Amino acid sequence: MTVINATTVDQVVSALREYPQARLVQGGTDVMVEVNLNRARVHDVISLRRVNELRRWHVDEESGTLRIGAGVPYAEMERAPLCLHVPALGEAARTVGAPQIRATGSLGGNLGTCSPAGDGLPVLSALDAIVHLRSADDARDVVVHDFMLGVKQNAKRADEVIVAITVPLLVGFQGYAKVGMRNAMVISAASACLVHDADNGNVRLAFGAVAPTIVRARAAEVWLAERVSLRNSMSLDGAIAREFGQLAAKECAPIDDHRSTADYRRHAVAVLAERLLLRAAEKQGRDE
Amino acid sequence: MATTTATSRATLGTSAVRPDGLPKVQGRFAFASDVWADNMLWGATLRSPHPHARIRSIDVSGALAINGVSVVITADDVPGQLTYGLITSDQPVFARDVVRYAGEPVAAVAADHPETARRALDAIRVDYEVLSALLDAEQAIDGSFAAIHPDGNVIRNQRVIRGDQSFVGDIIVEGSYELGMQDQAFLGLEAALALPDEDGAGVELFVATQWLHEDQKQIAACLDMPLERVRITLGGVGGAFGGREDISLQVHCCLLALVTRRPIKMQYGREESFFGHIHRHPARIVMHHHADRDGTLRRVEARAVFDGGAYASTSSAVLINAVTHMQGPYRCDIATVDGYVVRTNNPPCGAMRGFGVVQACFAHESQMDKLAIACGLSPVDIRLKNAMRTGDRLITGQIVESVAPVERCIRETAALPMPAPLLDEPDALDLPGGSGLTARRSNIRRGVGWGVSIKNLMYSEGFDDYATARCRLADGVITLQFATAEVGQGFVVLAQQIARTVLGIDTVLLEPISTAIGSAGSTSASRQTWMSGGAVDGACRLVREQLFAHVGATHDVDPLRLVIEATDVVDTMGTLRVAVADAARGLVLDETFEHHHRATEELDENGQGNCHVAFAFVAHRAVVDVDPDLGLVKVVQIATAQDVGRVLNPLAALGQVEGGIAQGLGLAVMEEIVLVNGKMRNPSFTDYLLPTALDAPDVVVTMIEEPEPQAPLGAKGIGEPPCISVTPAIVAAIRDATGKALTRVPVRPQDIVFGD
Ligand SMILES: Cc1cc2nc3c(=O)[nH]c(=O)nc-3n(C[C@H](O)[C@H](O)[C@H](O)COP(=O)(O)OP(=O)(O)OC[C@H]3O[C@@H](n4cnc5c(N)ncnc54)[C@H](O)[C@@H]3O)c2cc1C
Repeated sequence: MTVINATTVDQVVSALREYPQARLVQGGTDVMVEVNLNRARVHDVISLRRVNELRRWHVDEESGTLRIGAGVPYAEMERAPLCLHVPALGEAARTVGAPQIRATGSLGGNLGTCSPAGDGLPVLSALDAIVHLRSADDARDVVVHDFMLGVKQNAKRADEVIVAITVPLLVGFQGYAKVGMRNAMVISAASACLVHDADNGNVRLAFGAVAPTIVRARAAEVWLAERVSLRNSMSLDGAIAREFGQLAAKECAPIDDHRSTADYRRHAVAVLAERLLLRAAEKQGRDE
Repeated sequence: MATTTATSRATLGTSAVRPDGLPKVQGRFAFASDVWADNMLWGATLRSPHPHARIRSIDVSGALAINGVSVVITADDVPGQLTYGLITSDQPVFARDVVRYAGEPVAAVAADHPETARRALDAIRVDYEVLSALLDAEQAIDGSFAAIHPDGNVIRNQRVIRGDQSFVGDIIVEGSYELGMQDQAFLGLEAALALPDEDGAGVELFVATQWLHEDQKQIAACLDMPLERVRITLGGVGGAFGGREDISLQVHCCLLALVTRRPIKMQYGREESFFGHIHRHPARIVMHHHADRDGTLRRVEARAVFDGGAYASTSSAVLINAVTHMQGPYRCDIATVDGYVVRTNNPPCGAMRGFGVVQACFAHESQMDKLAIACGLSPVDIRLKNAMRTGDRLITGQIVESVAPVERCIRETAALPMPAPLLDEPDALDLPGGSGLTARRSNIRRGVGWGVSIKNLMYSEGFDDYATARCRLADGVITLQFATAEVGQGFVVLAQQIARTVLGIDTVLLEPISTAIGSAGSTSASRQTWMSGGAVDGACRLVREQLFAHVGATHDVDPLRLVIEATDVVDTMGTLRVAVADAARGLVLDETFEHHHRATEELDENGQGNCHVAFAFVAHRAVVDVDPDLGLVKVVQIATAQDVGRVLNPLAALGQVEGGIAQGLGLAVMEEIVLVNGKMRNPSFTDYLLPTALDAPDVVVTMIEEPEPQAPLGAKGIGEPPCISVTPAIVAAIRDATGKALTRVPVRPQDIVFGD
């Protein structure tokens, strides 16, 4: 077993070329579980912890975007100033595991694992995030919807490392809500992220844990845009919000498992979508 | 064991600091899994993947071919009895012809490294013929499934019949209740180190257990050794809750050590732990309560079915507790109770905190609430009206001689302050859904519910579960010895407190907890403060008698006039006052004492008889916030008044109360082993959910101190009652908030959203 303690992305990608079987480890909060449960035999390891580039984030005022390194821990996302730029990401980060997990777990790892219950992923989906990938040969940007392929499947090649994620800085409400079977430190049974892009006049809604991968409720988004003016102000009544939630829930394909039932999950995302939309309208009301 | 020299006097009634407390919080305490020996090998267990299968053959050659693997053992290598068990010996050390639950041990290996051992397990080929599994307890009763064990499919059937069986009440309420399978989920996993004697004729075992002498007996029988050749020392135990009463890795570990003549270390991981120990019985209980129009309870009818899983463990005793506590802490003259505990191909069930009473209590307390509604009474008034008192009879005919302050428990609980109402803009973390940010204030409804319980203390049905302790006074220092398993409850500090109080000496050393002294019985059934506390108290008193005799002789005073006052020997009728330290100089006093509780009887075929020793009572009031649309719950506050006899260590007592409430809360709203076709779906802490700090309620407590005359220190056991009636109280509060029937625990979000 070889362990490579890389300090730059260049070292990472050349190590990936040299050790094609190697496993990248950032926080290790998914990898170590696999190892401990004998689900993975790890031979070579490339540790990303000391790669400082992956731990940085910055705001680009000109393009109105935030670029966040793949190794930035949740603990940083849930706090100011980062959570002020992308509040939904801050809320999602706060729901991940316990403080120990948040101190080290990352979006790179969340995307790398690509579980339908990954809490960062509905936020990235609702924000139409871009995933930046690097290999020894090339660099490419993949929109997150094309990156997430299925249960624990993504579009990353074995020779690639995720370096960062870019999300837009938006005006308008955004929020994340997650249903678990206890009040903290729990895997999502159903989750939703709703983003109101007030400048461009749209609402985007994504669900977690209710399909093989993250679901964007595009039909419901369109339905809403046809009924409610979403540019700048947003005024809607409870009936619209309720119907929006119910329509959106039709776009997911949940399953029965030991955590919950398909019926409950479908019901829960409808409630979450309705509540998030009401929160969005409420915030818009307050801001005006 | 660490030594404590107290500066202020850490006697009975004080929150004396535990000798193992500081090492535990500093990470210096050696748990059983931290024990290590030179030249040791690692043991590991191969388990059946099937709930029911015939073993056609086992091929271990692949495992033995692996470098570093010393040995593979199977049922053929067990030298003595092939089975073990706490009440009946029906559980194989290794399955030989047939496996009866998914997770049953089939073979064990010893290897130079845990990873080698794991690979060796993978390399063992077991040829199984999968059989259809008995998974439905009713099928075990109705005889429609062939016996899955030579002892048959019904482990025990017990009726309790009392009074006029044709009686029909003015008011009858009925209900059908169900409880899922709860796990003890102790944090310190199963672990042991076995050291073979050089001649191979004996073995020394360091193990985390609840009852050293019972382990010794069962291990010796399986190893075909005289008792004294199996010497057991308690390894550091990280919690037990009933899950360490049964044998898990003990026999495997000793056997590997004897075969290899090397020290063997075994330890389970969290997943294996779920397969390695027994669980709380899932149960279905159908009840009819008959009452007069004014709410006076007259008759209780119940049919209870407990799923014991593949092996008997303590199932028959669990059932007896359930059927004999079926009326709850209420007067009731007429009873018609039929209880079954059966064998299935589900994982075996046995002891867990509350031991059968948890299941009965969820049913009878749900019924009391129905009765209250039917009679137009409040939940408090129906319970006050029927509250049991000292001198009342149980449905077994036994007279409750214990202090029985049921009414006081209820009244004092009701007098505890209610929590503040929800703020207009509460912290989202405090709402149901917690960090998931699912709710706003407007989504929440608050509910209040009640639960009251009665729990027997000590073992029942004629069992003499005595406890032994030794006290030695030499050089002004006390050394105590006992085999009482310290599993986290704090007996180590209580023993010191007793000795300091009785003898007036503050330096109290503790010998290792081992089989070098007689049995202390199990650390279970809320019994060690009473039983081992009584034994330590008795041993210390015997030493004190001798000390007084010596002082009397030296000072020419009648020893009967002497008492201990703080740290002095004092003549109550004269002026003599000598420090115990001076009086004891040069003396070596050494006494051993056995404490026995009063005898109990077996039940007759109608469930009549004085089968229990004593009882403790408690009331719980739960306040919960519920988000009915999502079915999410936050337990806001539990108020409780508990009948404890006497508080011997306030901090330790509070710890038992708060911990028990968290465990009862777990059963109410989240803790369940999910089984699909006999296989566990969630054997991990990712999916077997325990309450977190955000789930734990505020707890407000009144300790009701009415010293129990039967108890050596006046103190009742306090370990189990906190977790019993809190579960129905929480469910009642959720019903109050939602109007849903909720007849099953744990209550799941979908039960609240979609239930009737
Ligand atoms: C107790 C516990 C609780 C948890 N709770 C939650 C929860 O509530 N919500 C949730 O979403 N998750 C949870 N997780 C899972 C885990 O913490 C998250 O998925 C986290 O985002 C993983 O990040 P990491 O940096 O630790 O990943 P690692 O374990 O280091 O890596 C995970 C995967 O991603 C790959 N990878 C990591 N970084 C990169 C990169 N830069 N480029 C390419 N591939 C990469 C790795 O090779 C690996 O396959 C929990 C885990 C534990 C142990």
